[in-house]
Amino acid sequence: MDLIEILSFAFRSAVGPLAITFALAAIGLNIHYGYTGLLNIGQVAFVMVGAYGLAITVDVFGGSHVLGALVGLGLAALLAVLLAVPTLRLRADYLAITTISVGEVLRLATRSSQAAPLTRGADGIAGLGGPFYALNPIPPGDYGFWIFQLGSERRVWLMLVGWGLIALMCLLVWALMRSPWGRVLRAIREDEEAARSLGKNVFSYKMQALVLGGVIGGLAGVYYAIQAAGVAPDTFDPRITFYAYVILILGGPGRVLGPVLGALIFYALFQGADVLLRQGAAGGWLPLVEWFGSQAIGATRLALVGLVLMLLMIFRPQGILGDRREMSLGA
Amino acid sequence: MAPDTRPHVPATEEQGSEPSDLVAGEDLALARRARAQLAEVAPEPGVPKPDPLLVADGVRKSFGGLVAVDTRHLEIQRGTITALIGPNGAGKTTLFNVLTGFDRRSEGTWQFADQDISRMAPHRVAQRGMVRTFQMTKALTRMTVMENMRLAATGQTGEHLLSALLPGTWRAQERENTERAQALLERFDLAAKADQFAGELSGGQRKLLEMARALMVRPRMIMLDEPMAGVNPALTQTLLGHVTDLRDEGLSVVFVEHDMDVVMGISDWVVCLAEGQVIAEGPPEAISDNRAVIDAYLGARQDLDEHGPEGVR
Repeated sequence: MDLIEILSFAFRSAVGPLAITFALAAIGLNIHYGYTGLLNIGQVAFVMVGAYGLAITVDVFGGSHVLGALVGLGLAALLAVLLAVPTLRLRADYLAITTISVGEVLRLATRSSQAAPLTRGADGIAGLGGPFYALNPIPPGDYGFWIFQLGSERRVWLMLVGWGLIALMCLLVWALMRSPWGRVLRAIREDEEAARSLGKNVFSYKMQALVLGGVIGGLAGVYYAIQAAGVAPDTFDPRITFYAYVILILGGPGRVLGPVLGALIFYALFQGADVLLRQGAAGGWLPLVEWFGSQAIGATRLALVGLVLMLLMIFRPQGILGDRREMSLGA
Repeated sequence: MAPDTRPHVPATEEQGSEPSDLVAGEDLALARRARAQLAEVAPEPGVPKPDPLLVADGVRKSFGGLVAVDTRHLEIQRGTITALIGPNGAGKTTLFNVLTGFDRRSEGTWQFADQDISRMAPHRVAQRGMVRTFQMTKALTRMTVMENMRLAATGQTGEHLLSALLPGTWRAQERENTERAQALLERFDLAAKADQFAGELSGGQRKLLEMARALMVRPRMIMLDEPMAGVNPALTQTLLGHVTDLRDEGLSVVFVEHDMDVVMGISDWVVCLAEGQVIAEGPPEAISDNRAVIDAYLGARQDLDEHGPEGVR
C-alpha cells in the first residue's frame, strides 16, 4: 500500500476543478435547502442550464465566453422563476417533484435528435475554454510539493479562478445571511405560516432564494463547461444533485462554509478510496475484482462513502460545521 | 395606506394619555371612548357598533359541501377585548383564518380600518395592522428569541435583497428594532432568554413570545387563537394581565377561548358562533343568560358563579 500516492491523489482531487464545481453547486443548494428549507432535488438542472448556456452561445451563435457565461447565468435565473411560479405556492413536496423531473427532462431533451442543431445531441459540444486559458498569467510548469501536487499551469489557473469564485460566493452568502433578508429566509425555513403572519411576503422571498441559489448552480455549470472544455448531456444525471446533497449534509447545511468543507472531504474520500481499492486490487491483498467482477471497485467505493455518511449521521447528524444544540431542537 | 414604520413616534399625543409605543397610529382617547360606547349597544347578532375597527359582511367559507363559516354581519368595536366562543367545529378558527387572509373566502367582504381587505394576502393584512397568533404556537425554534422579535418588525430596509448587502442602510433601524424588542421582552418577562433558541423555551414562554412578537408588527388589532390553551393557571393570569394591558393601551383584541371564567373575566364583548353562524353577541353578562348560547354551547348545567370544574361542558 502506497500511502503517499493515496494522500496525494486525495489532496489533488479535494482541491481540484470537480470538487470546485460541486462546492459551487452545493453553495447554491445551501441557499435553497440549508437556509430557506426549499427541497430542490434538481440542482443539476441549474448546473446544466449554466453549462449549456455557455456552450451553445459559443458554439452555435459564435458569441464570446463572457457573453456565454452571462447567458448561462441568465438562463439559470429564468429556470428558477419558471419553477417557482407554479410550485412555490404549493406544499414543499411539489417543488421536490417538479425539480427532480425538470432535471431529467432537460437532460433527455438536450440529447434528443430534435435538439441536435442547438445541442449537438448526445455527443455534446466540445472545444470550449480556449479564451479562458489565454488569460492565464501563470508560467508553464508543474506545481506542488510532496503530497500537495497541483498539476500543470492550466490546472493551477483553473483552481485559482474556481477557489476565487467559491470565496466570492461564500462572502455573498455570509453577507446576506447575517442581514434581515437572510433572517426572513430562516424564518420561512422554520415556519412559513408564522413568517406570513408577521407580514413577510413568503412567496417573494422563496422566489428570490430559488433564483439566487439557481444562479450559483448555473455558475457551477459555467465553470464545469470550461474545466471539462465541453459539455455532454449524460454527465448531468440526477446523481449530481445527490452528490451535492451529500456534500451539503456532510459539511453542515445552513452554514456558510458547510458546502465547501463538504466538497473537500467528499472528494478526498471518494478519490482516496478509489486509489486505495485499486492498489489493493493490483497488489492482490484485496481481491475485489476476483470476488465480485470488474464493477466491484466502483461499487465498493460508493459503499464506503455510504458507510462514512451513515457514521456521520449517527455521530454528527448536524454535519461537520453544524450546531448540535440547534439540531436537537428539530424542525 | 402604508403601515406605520416610524420606529419612535409615540402612538398618541392626546391630552395627558400615556404614549404607547406598541400601537401604530391608534388614538388612545378614541379607543377608550369606543370602549365606553359599547355599553349602549344592543346585545343582538349582527348589531352595528358606534366605532367599529373591523366590519364583515356575508363572510362565508365552505370546504366542498361543508359550510364552515356563514356570518351575515359582524362588527368589532375599536379598543375592546372581544371574545369569540362556540362549540368545537363552530368555525372560530376558520373565521380567523379567513379574516386574516390565511384561508381564501368563498364569499363576503370585510373592512379593516375603513379599508377593504377581503382579497388581501395574509402578509399584507398583517402589515395593515391586523396580526394573528396560532392555536399551536409557532415559535421559530432554531432562531433565538431576539431574532424572533427582530424578524417581526415591519418596513425593514435590510429585508430587500440589495440593501441587505449594504449594512449601512439598515444598521440604525436594526438597532432601534432591537431596543424596542428588548423593551417588549422585558415586559413579557423574557429578557433573560433573549439569546436562547426559541425552541428551548417552555410551552408557556412560547405563548408569551408569540404575543410579544406579534406586538413587534405594531398591530392595531391582535387576534389570539386560544392563547390560554395548555397553559398553567398562574401563567394564564399573567397572559390575561397582558391582554387587558394591551386593550388599555388602545389595542383591539379578538380572542378565541373555551374557558368561560377567562371569557367572562376580561372580555368587553362576546360573540358566540355555532355551526358557522353568529348566534348571539353582547356583553359577557348578557351572553351567559342567553338561551341560544346555553343550548348550543354552555349546556344546561352551566353555572357561572360556581367557577367549578363542571362549569364548562
